[in-house]
Amino acid sequence: MCLAIPGKILEASSVGLNRIATVQFGGITRQIYLDFVPDANPGDYVLAHVGFALSVIDQGEAERTYALLEEMGALAEDERGER
Amino acid sequence: MKYIDEFREPELIARTSAEIRRLADPARHYRFMEVCGGHTHAIYRFGLKDLLPPNIELVHGPGCPVCVLPMGRIDDGLAIAAQGGVVFTAFGDMMRVPGTQGSPLEHKARGADIRIVYSPADALKLARANPEKHVMFFAIGFETTAPSTALTLMRANAEGVRNFSVFCNHVTIIPAIRAILDSPDMRIDAFIGPGHVSTVIGCRPYEWIARHEGKPIVVSGFEPLDVLQSVAMLLRQLRAKEAKVENQYRRVVPWEGNRAALRAMAEVFTLRSYFEWRGMGFISQSALALRDSYAEWDAERRFSVPGIRVTDPKAAQCGEVLKGVLKPAQCKLFGNECTPERPVGALMVSSEGACAAYYQYEHRKSALVSIPA
Ligand code: SF4
Repeated sequence: MCLAIPGKILEASSVGLNRIATVQFGGITRQIYLDFVPDANPGDYVLAHVGFALSVIDQGEAERTYALLEEMGALAEDERGER
Repeated sequence: MKYIDEFREPELIARTSAEIRRLADPARHYRFMEVCGGHTHAIYRFGLKDLLPPNIELVHGPGCPVCVLPMGRIDDGLAIAAQGGVVFTAFGDMMRVPGTQGSPLEHKARGADIRIVYSPADALKLARANPEKHVMFFAIGFETTAPSTALTLMRANAEGVRNFSVFCNHVTIIPAIRAILDSPDMRIDAFIGPGHVSTVIGCRPYEWIARHEGKPIVVSGFEPLDVLQSVAMLLRQLRAKEAKVENQYRRVVPWEGNRAALRAMAEVFTLRSYFEWRGMGFISQSALALRDSYAEWDAERRFSVPGIRVTDPKAAQCGEVLKGVLKPAQCKLFGNECTPERPVGALMVSSEGACAAYYQYEHRKSALVSIPA
């Protein structure tokens, strides 16, 4: 239930009270409600739970986290090299 | 896939694991609790324990919604399903969870109208399409799923759908963490914080853990590199004798959480003064109920339920495993009387349950290894 994978919004439209999107998760697409992420747009990646997107993935933060990992890895490499 | 593959990069995993070894004090034993069952699953699935030095112990927490539900609540839900004209809907995870008289799936085989839905919104759709029936949604989950139930109820209200109700079993994560910290048999050095619950509640609600309990907590993502990086961050805090809330999962979790989701929850739910957790007993203010303004959609008020407390089979040690006191394989029933095919406890059913994850990945592995060539 708390496991979710990132999906890409292919298109979004308003149906009655709701904003609904077609979201691609790997090979499959699903209809996902965007009520909790009003600023999400086609092309964005979202994390959805039980049919509702809860978060738009922040590309900049993903890159920063990855850069930190690379930095940390490089430190460990250096130490190994020194020994 | 984007945002997945890069966080599974083998070279970087090896290097992060080396960094963890460098940071860990060999003279010390560390106990880190991963609060969320999603992390438990990831830890077994990716074999992350093997990437940590032996003095870092990962303790599984209570963050598995199906697992913490007392059997009596399942019986109550199924009692509603037994009333004429009722369609019982629930997530797939619930279907094989045993009640006293069998699981929802077994009740279905005996003729009850029980259906799997992917979302509470699908349950509402079913109600709209079947006006002659009453559709009851068996709601479970932490703050990750509660907003979706809330929004679905707001929609039912706005559209005046009256043949729909929710049997609410939503729970909240903070009181559970508090109960674990308060329990005398528990010694935890730091916490790997739940990633997806935090997309909703944000990081602030954990501040007391750092400030008043002096325990570091890092809100973490679910890929192997996310979990490893979080472990490294915890070690760094412990080395510096610090205790603070850090957010490793910034690409997904905003510090302030999701305001729209919190607003929907506040509109529909109120805190119960107490709620029973399986194996952990009654925890005050740990669960949600529908507000009076939503009484019409509250299955607990619309239907009479037996409300009987059921004690778990004596030999089952689900409570100890849920609190992290025992490891799954230390339960006497593990792997013999209790297997995924014939589960005794819910921890053996849910993909987020520690026993199921351990059985699927570790137990099989060791079983394979022990087969003589
Ligand atoms: S093995 Fe079965 S009975 Fe034992 S703790 Fe796990 S789920 Fe409960």
